[in-house]
Amino acid sequence: MTAVTPEAPAPAAGRGAPLVEMRDIRVSFGGVHAVDGVSVDLYPGEVVALVGGNGAGKTTLIKTLSGAHKCDAGEILINGEPRTINNPRDARALGIETIYQTLALADNLDAPTNIFLGRELRTRWGTLDDTSMEDATRKLMKRLNPRFRNFTAPVKSLSGGQRQSVSIARAEHFDARILIMDEPTAALGPAETDEVRQLIRQLKAEGLGIFLISHDIHDVFDLSDRISVMLQGRLVGTVNKDDVTKDEVLAMIIAGKKPGEVTKADLAELH
Amino acid sequence: MTVPVAPPDPEVSAPQVSSPDGEPTTSGSFLRRLEIDPRLFGMIIALVVIWVVMHVLTGGTFLTPRNLWNLSVQTSVVGIMATGMVLIIVSRNIDLSVGSMLAAIGMAMAILQVEWLPQWLGLENSWTWLITLLAGLVLGAIIGGFQGSIVAYVGVPAFIVTLGGLLVWRGVAWAMASGRTIAPMDSNFSRLGGGGIDGSIGGTLTWLLAGVACAGIVVLLVNGRRRKRRYGFTQRPVWADVVLGLLECGAVLGAAFVINSYFMPPPLAREYVESQGEKYTPGMEIPFGLPIPVVIMLGVGLLMTFLATRTRFGRYVFAIGGNPEAAELGGVKSKWMIVQTFALMGMLVAVASAVQIARTDAATSGLGTLAELYTIAAAVIGGTSLAGGIGTIPGALLGALVAQSLQSGMVLLNIDAPLQQIVVGIVLVVAVALDSFYRRRVG
Repeated sequence: MTAVTPEAPAPAAGRGAPLVEMRDIRVSFGGVHAVDGVSVDLYPGEVVALVGGNGAGKTTLIKTLSGAHKCDAGEILINGEPRTINNPRDARALGIETIYQTLALADNLDAPTNIFLGRELRTRWGTLDDTSMEDATRKLMKRLNPRFRNFTAPVKSLSGGQRQSVSIARAEHFDARILIMDEPTAALGPAETDEVRQLIRQLKAEGLGIFLISHDIHDVFDLSDRISVMLQGRLVGTVNKDDVTKDEVLAMIIAGKKPGEVTKADLAELH
Repeated sequence: MTVPVAPPDPEVSAPQVSSPDGEPTTSGSFLRRLEIDPRLFGMIIALVVIWVVMHVLTGGTFLTPRNLWNLSVQTSVVGIMATGMVLIIVSRNIDLSVGSMLAAIGMAMAILQVEWLPQWLGLENSWTWLITLLAGLVLGAIIGGFQGSIVAYVGVPAFIVTLGGLLVWRGVAWAMASGRTIAPMDSNFSRLGGGGIDGSIGGTLTWLLAGVACAGIVVLLVNGRRRKRRYGFTQRPVWADVVLGLLECGAVLGAAFVINSYFMPPPLAREYVESQGEKYTPGMEIPFGLPIPVVIMLGVGLLMTFLATRTRFGRYVFAIGGNPEAAELGGVKSKWMIVQTFALMGMLVAVASAVQIARTDAATSGLGTLAELYTIAAAVIGGTSLAGGIGTIPGALLGALVAQSLQSGMVLLNIDAPLQQIVVGIVLVVAVALDSFYRRRVG
């Protein structure tokens, strides 16, 4: 195994302080080190792709940020301040929203209900204010996905792309600063994938920081600014997208070799 | 009435125009335009068919005020419990213990009012009924909450926990009085059962209640329109709202009329009139009015509908049923929610139990045998999906009414008990089969 350098290349200048710094994060299940001393960071208006094979630990790492797992050791800084994230509520309070691979939606409920789940708008008597929630949803969707029409049908009856826009609308409505997207296009067809890519670019332009977990190397090169590669729970390295080729990233993913260390023979083996 | 509005998000409110981007045009069928739940509509049709068939088969005794009045009382025990079972099943659990719990809580309430309270308060104290009922509610919440805690925090499946409860509470009910029958109930408490003159609310109050219900229906419809207009949503056509309002008010007033057409037999009528200090003349028609257990059932149904559809609690129950993971990630405290639904179920069992022991004017350890199955059947016939996430309170009440109508009809037809069970069993399976067929077609 090559030496791991947690130091990321300097991000583009003028971005200010990082939104998120995760330092030396460790998570183990039983005796297995799922995440073993990984450090990554994220700046406003930036997409950082987290890549790696199955079981590389990227989803586990990111779950410590979204509050779905606690980390055993390590430090998470949000806007430069150390924070403890024990559950999804803590994460949301810090402006962190997660869009899960499995599209964490309640299929039997409609889009407004899903968007506001856990943070319902209420009338002055404390009852649910469905009309206000539907209204807010209509306004959101007008901006995010104007073709979205089904505001009262269970989300089960929606297409994958529409369901993904419900997830994204949820993040958008609550002013997320930090977005975690776990395989956002895995369940989608080509047209819907384009729709979601467009959404990601829009959110990035609005200044959000996005962690993008993806298996799709095209997605990664198309959308991300920096790429952090993980292998067997460790960080192989973080590179600027513009400095590397797809082959070099593949070498990092598969062989755990950083761009400088990779040889022609290694590359040949990949093909 | 003014409708409160959450402050609109200033960032997104700008591009909103007064005319909405509407849903697909509502040029569908009559039902679709009325926005009537087709499942609920199907059940009403089924109920009407059952009633007409029973009426014909019994040679005209089924659709009489007297029989319908009795039918409503007979439905109340299972109906009350079915409203809670909906939430239990919607959250992907089950409660098999409600029949045994009904017996245990009933025994406890009977012993309390027959053997304990008279020692301190004397016989027939006017507070006895209330203390007894409150004690039953607390006991129900404790038993239900205890079972729910095992389900939620220990992780034993609800099927097993409540299967254990089914055996345990039946045994407890027996042990509490060594199998004795405890009777008679306090006379105020007995009113909860709907027997006698003061077990009903009288004709005038019945009409008054019906009037209030109609006013409520109109207010809800008008309010709904006003809200939609304020936000510029597509409205249901005016005629549709008018038709709906007329149908609903018509049903309420019709039911009140039928109930008030059941008159007291002459001896009771004489007793009643004379107790009012008036002179009885033979031939006076004194209606019983709505029986108190039915008032309780309707009140419980209304409260539970409110809870299920208008509060966070209800919404989270449905979210857990739809996708437990999503609910948890959305910040719902699923485990505590499960404990609460079971505690609520326990309290509803206590209410049903009070009605039951008041009706029979006695408590035995055999009370509520098989009631868990009839309760689950009522919820499921009423459209509650055992897969979780889907179900309505009015549906469950209708389901209870359908099952009870079949059973009462068969009693009128002198059909043997085993055959009744066979019919109810078949109907349960057919109802669920039809429902899943419908769901596959409609999605």
